[in-house]
Amino acid sequence: MTDSSPPDRLAWYRRMLEIRRFEEKVQELFMGGHIQGTTHLCQGQEAVSVGSIAAMRPDDVLTNTYRGHGQALARGMAPETAFAELMGRRTGGSGGVGGSMHLVDFSMGNIGSNAIVGAGLPIAVGAAMAFRLRGEDRVALTFFGDGATNIGTFHEALNMASVWRAPVVFIIENNLYGEYSPVRDTTPLDDLARRADPYGIPGVIVDGQDVDAVRAAVKAAVARARAGEGPSLLEMKTYRYRGHSRSDPAKYRPDGELERWKERDPIALLGVKLSAAGLLTAETGKALADAVQAEIDAAADRALGAPYPTLEETVRYVYAD
Amino acid sequence: MSTQTDLAPAAVGEPTELTYREAINAAIADAMEADPSVLLLGEDVATAGGVFKTNEGLPERFGRERVLNTPICENGFLGVALGMSLMGLRPIVEIMFADFLPTAGDAIVNELPKYRYMSGGQCSVPVTIRVVSGGTGRFGTQHSATGESWYMGQPGLRVAAASSPGAAYAILQAAIRDNNPVLVHEHKGLYARKGIVSRGEVAEVGRAAILRVGRDVTIVATLLMVERALKAAETLAAEGIEAEVIDLRWLRPLDLPTVRSSVERTGRLVVAEEQIHAGGWGATIISELVMGGQAFRTPPRAVSMPADLLVPYSPPLEDEIIPSADAIAEAARAAVRE
Repeated sequence: MTDSSPPDRLAWYRRMLEIRRFEEKVQELFMGGHIQGTTHLCQGQEAVSVGSIAAMRPDDVLTNTYRGHGQALARGMAPETAFAELMGRRTGGSGGVGGSMHLVDFSMGNIGSNAIVGAGLPIAVGAAMAFRLRGEDRVALTFFGDGATNIGTFHEALNMASVWRAPVVFIIENNLYGEYSPVRDTTPLDDLARRADPYGIPGVIVDGQDVDAVRAAVKAAVARARAGEGPSLLEMKTYRYRGHSRSDPAKYRPDGELERWKERDPIALLGVKLSAAGLLTAETGKALADAVQAEIDAAADRALGAPYPTLEETVRYVYAD
Repeated sequence: MSTQTDLAPAAVGEPTELTYREAINAAIADAMEADPSVLLLGEDVATAGGVFKTNEGLPERFGRERVLNTPICENGFLGVALGMSLMGLRPIVEIMFADFLPTAGDAIVNELPKYRYMSGGQCSVPVTIRVVSGGTGRFGTQHSATGESWYMGQPGLRVAAASSPGAAYAILQAAIRDNNPVLVHEHKGLYARKGIVSRGEVAEVGRAAILRVGRDVTIVATLLMVERALKAAETLAAEGIEAEVIDLRWLRPLDLPTVRSSVERTGRLVVAEEQIHAGGWGATIISELVMGGQAFRTPPRAVSMPADLLVPYSPPLEDEIIPSADAIAEAARAAVRE
């Protein structure tokens, strides 16, 4: 998927389904004790990952956060590799030492999934500056939550990127909750895109449930960055179907909120559009869903069969030669 | 008596006399000249030669993109340096005062040293962090820490301390070449000191230097304490006490073998440190030697800063709180005569 190829919306649909089924499987594996610790699921936010990454070139890079399974899969990580990482197995993307919060693949330009809120933003600015200093027309994207717009690195990164006109695109996934708290309990704004204004860069509000809208907005911001016109801040209005992490049943949400958002489910929305365009029927849709489910189940089974790493083999991960 | 070149790696360049400040400038310039991926960034690094004038001529020579002024946001620009390093650059970051390191605590503790590990070894993080450390400058309580031991317990980092122009040059060359994040502490009281520098010399990572050989007592020091330890050794020599002076140079990795083999000969140890003793490299060395079964003829001693005081502005008070050559000599004397 590149920004020069024609949009393959059926592939986006399949990838969003893959992310949804992956996250559901993670829940199941967690309940079974195969995945431990914590994990932060992204059901409901699939269009943000798939639409944004569809606007990237293969040589562009991204950083993201601990709610990052969607971006890793959208950027092409095999579900088996991701499952194995979540299970702490040697065949995981980070050899099993990273876990759920660190799904990275440098060969795909997925250069960092961070467990510290806001930490990925300056890293993306640095990657973007490396491109600019070398005269390359590559772009860095960085994904983060609404909660990250209150931490210092958000403001430091936007400020530096603007002063230096770094080719970076800042993408807020505003899912209405920073951990357990609604945005308005912690933040004096509903529209976080306004936080671009003090830094003199464009701030754009995007319907994060509509993969076409996401892709169009990111494509424009990427083009602007690639042309040397500097960074942008995009606010994806989206929703987290699950709680913050495995231990959070999200009982703080008002009645009916989840149901209202599910009426605009990103996968269903694209399904309707594809049906209208004659690209998807009830039959092919079901066949596709079954195929994705079978693929996810098989990937999880293979990951479950993989060995654990040894501490000895992780020694070389600490220091580079 | 030995000189530092006895145990340091062989010099490849023509030795010249430079100030500590000039040696740092030369190390940066030589690295930038040799490798286009090296760049320098930090607050005011490209303006008026930098706050401590270590960067004079660099922006003119290498351009203001490779000598890059940053806003005042240590955590942010260390994250930027990390991102640059992931994409193949080798940034040198200047931290204007060591006291500002904790404002970048996330970058220094959670990001730079852990990034490679969390990726399962997919990347490396060649970032050099130059830290202006230490007292004697009358800069007051929040601008005078050495901070040298704050991060020495962090796996994934390397930590060095430069005591002289020659050491500063060679350590910086090693740090810039290293594929890991390295904190290099400079001492603000040393910038005008002169010393012999071998252009092209690259320090061995984790190797201390024995600056003076002696049979009676081992004194281990870093930064400004090294020249005070050498001065103390002169005083002691006049009294018939031969002190061995070790410039530790690296706090992570710690050169325990060099210290241990010295103490095996002298049987006595004094650590001289511009920091409180608890939680520092001096305490770690003593702990490691004791745990390793090292026998001492007299108990190890520490010449450190008072455990429950902070660095004052008032000039005579600042002078009093930082260990003097006399205090180091007295501790060594007591160790020998006990």
